[in-house]
Amino acid sequence: MIFTNMRGAALAASFIALAGTTWLVGPACAQEPPSELAARMKDPGQWPMAARDYANTRYSELDQINTLNVSRLQIAWTFSIGADRGQEAAPIIVDGTMFVVGPYDGPYPNRVFALDATTGELKWSYAPRPEPAAKGVACCDVVNRGLAFNNGKVFLNTLDNHTVAIEAKTGKELWHTKLGEINRGETITMAPVVVKGKVLVGNSGGELGVRGWLTALDEDTGAIKWRAYSTGPDSDVLIGDDFKPFYDSLKGKDQGVTSWPADRWQVGGGTVWGWISYDSELNLIYYGTANPSPWNANQRSGDNLWTAAIFARDPDTGRAKWAYQINPHDLFDHDEINENVLVDLEISGTTRKVLIHPGRNGYMYVMDRATGEVISADAYDHVNSYKGVDLKTGRIIPNGDKTPILGRTINDICPASPGAKDWQPSAWSPRTKLLYVPHQHLCMDFKSSEVGYIAGTPFIGASVDMYAGPGGYRGEFMAWDPVAKKKVWEIHEKLPVWTGTLVTAGDVTFYGTMDRLFKAVDARNGNVLWQFRAGSGFIGQPVTYRGSDGQQYVAILSGVGGWPGVVANAEVDQRVRNGALGFTGATQDLPFYTAGGSELLVFKLGPAAKDDSNAQPR
Amino acid sequence: MRSPVSAAILVAMAALQPYASMAGEPDDLRVCADPNNLPFSNRAGEGFENRLAEMVAQKLGKFVVYTWWAQRRGFIRHTLKAGDCDLVMGVPAQYDLVETTRPYYRSTYVFVSQTARHLRLNAIDDPQLRGLAIGVHLIGDDGNNTPPAHALGQQGIIDNVRGFMIYGDYREPDPPARLIEAVEHGEIDVAAAWGPLAGYVAKTSTVPLTVTPIAAGERFAPQQFQFEIAMGVPKGDHALRDRLNDFIAQSDSEIAALLADYGVPLAENPRSARGGERR
Repeated sequence: MIFTNMRGAALAASFIALAGTTWLVGPACAQEPPSELAARMKDPGQWPMAARDYANTRYSELDQINTLNVSRLQIAWTFSIGADRGQEAAPIIVDGTMFVVGPYDGPYPNRVFALDATTGELKWSYAPRPEPAAKGVACCDVVNRGLAFNNGKVFLNTLDNHTVAIEAKTGKELWHTKLGEINRGETITMAPVVVKGKVLVGNSGGELGVRGWLTALDEDTGAIKWRAYSTGPDSDVLIGDDFKPFYDSLKGKDQGVTSWPADRWQVGGGTVWGWISYDSELNLIYYGTANPSPWNANQRSGDNLWTAAIFARDPDTGRAKWAYQINPHDLFDHDEINENVLVDLEISGTTRKVLIHPGRNGYMYVMDRATGEVISADAYDHVNSYKGVDLKTGRIIPNGDKTPILGRTINDICPASPGAKDWQPSAWSPRTKLLYVPHQHLCMDFKSSEVGYIAGTPFIGASVDMYAGPGGYRGEFMAWDPVAKKKVWEIHEKLPVWTGTLVTAGDVTFYGTMDRLFKAVDARNGNVLWQFRAGSGFIGQPVTYRGSDGQQYVAILSGVGGWPGVVANAEVDQRVRNGALGFTGATQDLPFYTAGGSELLVFKLGPAAKDDSNAQPR
Repeated sequence: MRSPVSAAILVAMAALQPYASMAGEPDDLRVCADPNNLPFSNRAGEGFENRLAEMVAQKLGKFVVYTWWAQRRGFIRHTLKAGDCDLVMGVPAQYDLVETTRPYYRSTYVFVSQTARHLRLNAIDDPQLRGLAIGVHLIGDDGNNTPPAHALGQQGIIDNVRGFMIYGDYREPDPPARLIEAVEHGEIDVAAAWGPLAGYVAKTSTVPLTVTPIAAGERFAPQQFQFEIAMGVPKGDHALRDRLNDFIAQSDSEIAALLADYGVPLAENPRSARGGERR
């Protein structure tokens, strides 16, 4: 693999000049690798990682845009990413420069752009030269969820398993490390996260027989420091004497082997393609693992550890401190890669250091992040495939009536395979003490009838037909009170809400819809305050920052795709209701609302009008 | 890319049938195929689907032009539906993503074992299976796996089953063939695999292998172990489908000879989904 730097050097000089005027954090910080990124998180002008901060709050202290003036938002500038596939990436903003990455498609797959965050001027772009096999083997869509930054370097994960360090000022490649093999179905779609000088990267592709892992690379050299597998013996999972899971059922040697028949763990799935959060005081990182695969459920009896689980690990060594399995022996493709938001809550009169995990299975988990104890787990969407979570044993209670069995048709399984919520990350406001959650609202019928054909081999597969859950809507944006354990407000959307969200000190929260609307909502009551109709549907992650002109900006990529959007931009036959692993049925009207797109949209406040009657949403 | 084989055949054809192609019709028969999946197809044109494509092109008076794409999830979306080709040479006769022709062969899942072992397996519920190391292909998600993988799990035959990803490692030649080679090398006692692959690898094996159709009763429904295979064209292209149907009807014995050449086990007692169209 050869990487090519595009027009980097020529623009380097002008970049340095511009960067000098917007350097908000002194270069002295660069000498302390662990604190450089953390310092940027404290500067509300920047958005230095996809989740904004290590706690994954996606909360910004900026309040120039607020509930009273958000209706004046207007386009500041736009930019074309140049590949009309699913745009899931979060732009990141460091020292006045925005870095954004495109999907793995078009003439320059996973191309990276550096733009002046205030004017939109292109500073440089960088394009990896990919392995041609990659597009043919990636599951679902060829998305990228964003870049990372630390100490003057931008970090990129390519779909074909390379992590690349790029010099932020010039776009020059500094190193790249190959972490997996695309020809065996392995891919990378997650945004890397930098913790204590290590770039943390996980893999995707469980359905193709990939064994999940999280890998730490040295940010300066790209050397692999540690790799923790999600299945297999303790030595591979990096479990040792200091591993203290809260629940007895998770104690015992080599459970990543013994909870599987024979050698099933060797291709057991449990990939790591979501979010990583970090608590510097406890010195723990947190992330979730994906579903078990590629075996049928009846060929993988046992709990299938450590799939569909949350790990807490020491970032220095990778060693696991605790783990909790959310879905033992998953039957529904309920990955648990969703974000873990780290907050401190007053619960029953005491302050608890918790993580909040909106489960794919439809339960909102509030856990003690020091110990792995489940404090509460309450349904936030319609759930009938489980009967709740037993807080004594920590185990979810399955509903046998909804167990998919080959040869039987099981109707009305809720939530459907994508779960009540997929990868799309939520946001936490310390002002309202509410979690803002974009999610889907889908049920499914399961039957075995579909003829499949892979590599010349025919088979009868499961046909999964998804549709709107009770109430007839397919998506929801809602605010959840994790202490009262209830929904405070909700907005229903006809299509799944597949974007991330953010919330600000101006009490405004943003999300996008697949039918092309970008919306600003009053974080306190759910009133829609402003919306903008874009060129394509939204599945990206909104971010906000302060420009060099002192103005607050809000940015998001438009361009539908991802798993549910494949129908709109890749011309899956929408007459075939289960085309994209069952999702087409749930979104088959999507082409009536949108086609694919690739536009970065950046908004700021327009001038105040004397007559403010336009302030009302349409 | 123009296949040199097709060019040679066409030159020969031209002498015999100079006006075979209709006026104004493109000369290319655009075929989408996997470049690395013998016995079906490869880039060198060595598969039976390559040979069949040449036969079709000859009949229609065209050149074969290939678009190569690994035959995996998304294959049809990225090839036939993307408008990159007119034809894929092999799909199940009930395949909903494409317009299918009448089936041109019917094969079966088979057991493959070393002949010297004298295993005499023929049924998926044979009690011997509980004590043998059995290899199966895995497709991926729950509910989407090969019929033997389902049927063995249904009987609780688990710890002695070994999974081989149908995708394999695409850097190696013909990745699905690793399953049959594992029998050849004695790594497993028996493979339960789709007939055309098993028959072909067995034919070229250095160790004598026995290939036996798998019998399975109704208790394993809806899993089925026999499939009819047709050609696929874009939905609605009835004109090309009908011409291909004519070709299939007229080329019965040539197709049978081709399949025999590659060791494709043919299933008896075909039950055509298309009623009177069975050959």
